[in-house]
Amino acid sequence: MTAAVSFSKVSRHFGTVKAVDAVDLTVAPGEFFAMLGPSGSGKTTCLRLIAGFEQPTSGEIDIFGESAVGVPPYRRNVNTVFQDYALFPHLNILDNVAYGLMIRGVGRAERHRAAEQALEMVKLPGYGTRKPGQLSGGQRQRVALARAFVNKPKVLLLDEPLGALDLKLREQMQEELKGLQRALGITFVFVTHDQGEALSMADRVAVFNDGKIVQTGTPHDIYNRPKTRFVADFVGSSNVIAPQAMQALGGEARWTSLRPEAIRLVSEGGVNATVRSTSFLGASTKLFVDTAIAPLALSLPAGQPAPQEGETVLIAWAPADLHTMEDAA
Amino acid sequence: MRSSHSQSSGFGLKLAAGLGLAFLHLPILLIFVYAFTAEEKSFQWPPPGFTAKWFAVAWNRPDIWEALTLSVKVASIATAIALVLGTLAAAAVARTRFFGREVVSLLVILPIALPGIVTGIALRSAFSMGDIPFSFWTIILGHTTFCVVVVYNNAVARFRRISGSLIEASMDLGADGLQTFRHVILPNIATALLAGGMLAFALSFDEVIVTTFTAGQQSTLPIWMLEELIRPRQRPVTNVVAMVVVIVTFLPILAAYYMTRDADQIAGSGK
Repeated sequence: MTAAVSFSKVSRHFGTVKAVDAVDLTVAPGEFFAMLGPSGSGKTTCLRLIAGFEQPTSGEIDIFGESAVGVPPYRRNVNTVFQDYALFPHLNILDNVAYGLMIRGVGRAERHRAAEQALEMVKLPGYGTRKPGQLSGGQRQRVALARAFVNKPKVLLLDEPLGALDLKLREQMQEELKGLQRALGITFVFVTHDQGEALSMADRVAVFNDGKIVQTGTPHDIYNRPKTRFVADFVGSSNVIAPQAMQALGGEARWTSLRPEAIRLVSEGGVNATVRSTSFLGASTKLFVDTAIAPLALSLPAGQPAPQEGETVLIAWAPADLHTMEDAA
Repeated sequence: MRSSHSQSSGFGLKLAAGLGLAFLHLPILLIFVYAFTAEEKSFQWPPPGFTAKWFAVAWNRPDIWEALTLSVKVASIATAIALVLGTLAAAAVARTRFFGREVVSLLVILPIALPGIVTGIALRSAFSMGDIPFSFWTIILGHTTFCVVVVYNNAVARFRRISGSLIEASMDLGADGLQTFRHVILPNIATALLAGGMLAFALSFDEVIVTTFTAGQQSTLPIWMLEELIRPRQRPVTNVVAMVVVIVTFLPILAAYYMTRDADQIAGSGK
């Protein structure tokens, strides 16, 4: 099967900065693929390499089996939803959505019909005559989406698509994006620095750091079996325990991750810990405790009485919840 | 007490503002009045009588028509050249990064800061060094130096307000460079270019100093007026022409003002 997007040893250097450094990457057709990482990790540059706004310094990029190296953005069957939406301020919403079709020479009546259909899909029917300045942030986001997918691209790229929206709108849009992707059957590649967003929306996630992909896998894999310290740190709020500390706790002398919800309070036989702080999160309570060896975070389900700050407690975990990792960034 | 005090200071301010405006504009009104005076040798106040005959006299003077045609031609061509060069320079400075960009930006603006007489002398010596005879085209060249600045300033401000992702979005949606310029960039800078072009036209139309250094035997309208003032013959004709010049330069400036004012809402990233 031909991959929707495949990177083979792709690098993009800006002077001495290796924004993207020998990245290998495969996105399957119809997949909802997330590129996750902190700012400056190379994820956005990778997206721009797929869109054609950047050209690789070295390496090979294929989009549905065809080499994309040297192909300008306007000759790629790929469309982008920009972080700032980039709606054309001088055109109304309908003409914004129909822009790609207009450039391809589709007749006025036909392209307006297609644009109206696309606006219906993003739940903005009848907004066509307004100007971008008259819409809210969430509405502009939907227009930007419609403007991209109305062209029936093979790959749809989304650059921090939900970054500028408030929390409630963001959760709603997450659901809608997933629904839209299923309905359209288009490969979606999106960039985010929000691990929650990546885990909840994507079929697969690539975690970026320092221009390299550290780990690629399903959200479940990434969360439960982080390959390196960096992934454990960045994805979720796992406890990362150093080899010496692990040894002192009676375990193997390797970097180990332990998820906060895997730690229990016990009445006897556990490790001594002092509660440093507690925070009530509704569905759970988060505790930060100090042990003789390392500080740990744990998450108690709601309903369980939480200890007070300064109290001494006993904590324990199942050996199976300890996950060893590579000592790499 | 308080309100009467604020009223009196308000009145004082209004009076001062009124006097200031009168000082600025009454002399211009005087020019208009003398266009109708019956006395042709000297400007005496009050005018001994009023007549509209100078308009007919001015209409029938071929030298005025020659000067007017020359001025319109020079201003039009200089503006056209300035529009092309100014837009290109603005695009380069606002849209790309290159070594010495700030210096280029400064050098483009410099001609308008230079006294016209310096520009004039510089151009004149350059023309004679290059053995370029003074002609219609040397006047245009001189005027273009400051017309470019006006267009550049208007265009660069607008370019800076166009979000870079608009151009990428257009490319992403299949438009090549030319299509992007036509469908995205031009509509977004059009009012700025029109405003800059009109200002440039007005500047060129009433320019005297640079023109005296770069023109040969020809006279543009302002130069013609200057020469006419020296000879006391049919003086009010000069005033008639002055009225025309005021109107021709004032209307574009007014239009430019309104266009850039309304355009504030147009540009923006879409965020």
